[in-house]
Amino acid sequence: MQMNRRRFILTGAVVGGGVLIGYSATRPTRHRRANEELVEGSERFITSFIKIDPNNEITVYVPHSEMGQGIHTSLSMMAADELDAAWENVIVEQAPAIDLFANGDLVKGFAGEFGVPNFLMGLVNASAFTVAELMNLQTTGGSSSVRYTGEYAMRTAGAAAREMLINAAAARLDVPTSELSTELSHVQHNSSGRTLSYGELAADAALLEPPEDPVLKDRSQFTIMGKAISRNDIPAKVDGTAIYGLDAHSEDMLYAAIRLAPVFGTKLVSVDATQALTQRGVVRVIELEDSVAVVADNYWRAKQALALVNATFTETENDNVSSADIAARFDKELAESNGSEDKEVGDTDRALEEAVDVIEANYRVPYLAHAAMEPMNCTVHIQGDRAEMWTSTQDALGMRGRVASVAGLAEENVIFHQTYCGGGYGRRLPFNWNMIDHATLIAMEFDVPVKTIFSREDDMQQDYYRPAVHNNFKAAFDDNSNVIAWHSRFTGPIQVPGASHIPYAIENQSIRVVDGDTHVPIAAWRSVDHSQQTFFTESFMDEIAHRAGVNPYQLRMDLLQEHPRHRKVLEVAAAAAGYGQNLPEGHALGIAVQESFGSFVAEVAEVSMGEDNQPVVHKVTCAIDCGWAVNPDTVEAQIESGIIFGLTAAMYGEITIENGAVTQGNFPDYEMVRMATSPEIEVHIVESGEALGGLGEPATPPIAAAVTNAIYILTGQRVRELPIKNHDFALSNPVAQV
Amino acid sequence: MATFKVNGVEHTLDIEPDMPLLWAIRDELGMTGTKFGCGIANCGACTVHVNGNAIRSCVTPVSAVEGQDITTIEGLAVAAAGTTSSALDLTAVQQAWIDHQIPQCGYCQSGMIMAVSSFLASNPNPTDAEIDASITNVCRCGSYPRVRKAIRALASA
Repeated sequence: MQMNRRRFILTGAVVGGGVLIGYSATRPTRHRRANEELVEGSERFITSFIKIDPNNEITVYVPHSEMGQGIHTSLSMMAADELDAAWENVIVEQAPAIDLFANGDLVKGFAGEFGVPNFLMGLVNASAFTVAELMNLQTTGGSSSVRYTGEYAMRTAGAAAREMLINAAAARLDVPTSELSTELSHVQHNSSGRTLSYGELAADAALLEPPEDPVLKDRSQFTIMGKAISRNDIPAKVDGTAIYGLDAHSEDMLYAAIRLAPVFGTKLVSVDATQALTQRGVVRVIELEDSVAVVADNYWRAKQALALVNATFTETENDNVSSADIAARFDKELAESNGSEDKEVGDTDRALEEAVDVIEANYRVPYLAHAAMEPMNCTVHIQGDRAEMWTSTQDALGMRGRVASVAGLAEENVIFHQTYCGGGYGRRLPFNWNMIDHATLIAMEFDVPVKTIFSREDDMQQDYYRPAVHNNFKAAFDDNSNVIAWHSRFTGPIQVPGASHIPYAIENQSIRVVDGDTHVPIAAWRSVDHSQQTFFTESFMDEIAHRAGVNPYQLRMDLLQEHPRHRKVLEVAAAAAGYGQNLPEGHALGIAVQESFGSFVAEVAEVSMGEDNQPVVHKVTCAIDCGWAVNPDTVEAQIESGIIFGLTAAMYGEITIENGAVTQGNFPDYEMVRMATSPEIEVHIVESGEALGGLGEPATPPIAAAVTNAIYILTGQRVRELPIKNHDFALSNPVAQV
Repeated sequence: MATFKVNGVEHTLDIEPDMPLLWAIRDELGMTGTKFGCGIANCGACTVHVNGNAIRSCVTPVSAVEGQDITTIEGLAVAAAGTTSSALDLTAVQQAWIDHQIPQCGYCQSGMIMAVSSFLASNPNPTDAEIDASITNVCRCGSYPRVRKAIRALASA
């Protein structure tokens, strides 16, 4: 992808529906605004993201939410390295939720990659947002922060600031810039031995215009990037001082517990709150369009009183809908609709007709909830024409804008208080508005802060879900058992393009999507479409290999001649896992690979069947090519996290619908991998030196197929429907590994 | 009225006897290190110590801890140091959590640290099976492999 380094101008990006837009945020002047609006005393912003104070302390402002991915540290490392800063004097701050710190680079990155992704396009299509305003978000999602904000904004800002400091030093010392070098937050004039600290130069440098095309370091010049550096957010997370949205607190605060319409899209009809209103601490019962809330002086009191409220909701055509109905609709759609094209290569219909053999398989996955550990919550304090708000979010500016729009306030009059985010995984992105809207509407009834909290049950039953998806496959073979056609039909929508595509050299491919809309709201869920599609495609590839009598690893390698990065991670993971070697009795290895969000990940799962006839995952060996690693320990942590997140979904994850509403309510119904079920994980980072890939999501997609491919060898049963817990493996008929 | 000590400080609160300790700590005392995760004692985010033993505060009514000593994550280091030695900034468990870079989103880690601290105090050198059986907290970010490594390091220290 060609990126113009003169990066603050985005023109001609073709977005989603083909709209040609031109957008210019003249950010070179932004550091001036920052100096006018944000500095105290003699400290100076050198660029929008970097502040240097006279005692040579350097603050990097990070415009992304810290939700455990270590982004505050990684992005600061990128800026500090290009700046040649002394890392021990670098302070990391969350950038405030003001448009000065919007991270439009993310949108620009995606626009170059495959157009603005659906989870952001919603902002354009369904609201007052324009594409220009999309640039004005602080979104953290799509595994994008390091590869877009880091590469295009943070490194550039660091390099630009360094050049400005050198120019300031050249003027001060009256020497050419070519005689100056930088190290550990100082500019040095080597021949005279004179040095000036960045702090001494900051005031002069801030008056200079940032260079349009600062020179970035070569990897061999890195002094901070590439090192396993301790995350700056961790100390506060071990002594209880880290503040999350739920921790907003004031003496006069009120608390709201809320009951939303159990069937999505229905409205409140009537409320009897007589008994609730007599309860201790209850201040008011508030009726909203689709919900009823009890406001009290303590959350527990609000929740207890809410249980005493009788509420009725409108009846709708969805009141009797069950998961079985949805599944039947999906199957009917797949049987009757030709859908729309996702990818067509060659003549798949003809290849299927002329084939010596055809195999067919139907896969399905259920809806999934995000179930972040911090239940959804939002605190809003309306103060006349102003407001303050606190919420854990993946988009501070988006949330600020939403509260302003719901409350009818000017955006700049809403102050967003930054907090750590107790898990996001897509739930806390813009457009999953329900918590924000309800909290705002409730708070508008009061002049004190009101904290609205979803109980765990609300969180699970009022989510925006990973869609349930069905996928029908056919594969055709010639008389030498070579696979010659790949036919895939799946229920949509497509939220992230390309997830259903395969890298394998199969001559004829027909991949089409049919309508999968239901009344159940959906959203991005860690790795988005890759979470289901990789289970489908990497399982069916395994079926093809077994049918062809070729070792599944070898078949992949054979069909990936044009994809060296896939091959390399497969090779590294397989070798490290001992693929093809002797395993403990009763153990088997399953393998899967996927490219997503710019990274290539292969995973090998070592599995045996436990005494309860359920699989035990002993170890997962992972190889990832994410280009190179900014902070290798963070890379490993994200891989471990992504694998366990995906394993939870594969083993247990299932949101079902009965009578139009979600059945599951809390963790026992929606089980998680825990210590006892967590495998050993071994991570191998393959540094190809290519462009940086994402990390938050790419480890999640391959794990389900890696595990079920091993289960097939152990039991002879092909798991074509998740979760695994619903299968009975009592009658095992092991398959010989080919 | 409910009376109990939190991190060495006695509190008398005019609250219902069946109010869960979690909400007394969070909403009445304004101490936010102890987290709400599930409300049914399943995830462990709300774990605190009562007289040194880990309990899940979201289902423990204040009447059950009348007159007892409660330790939350904020008071863990001081409680571990006792009254005679100088106050520690962090306990060995907390330091191990930094050394092994365990927390990700970190929301569950107050509870995880409280659970592991109590567990190791009673079983300083646990087997893997004992770890599995005793540490049942949910971490949605999947910090389990690092938690296990940290427990092993603490056990062999």
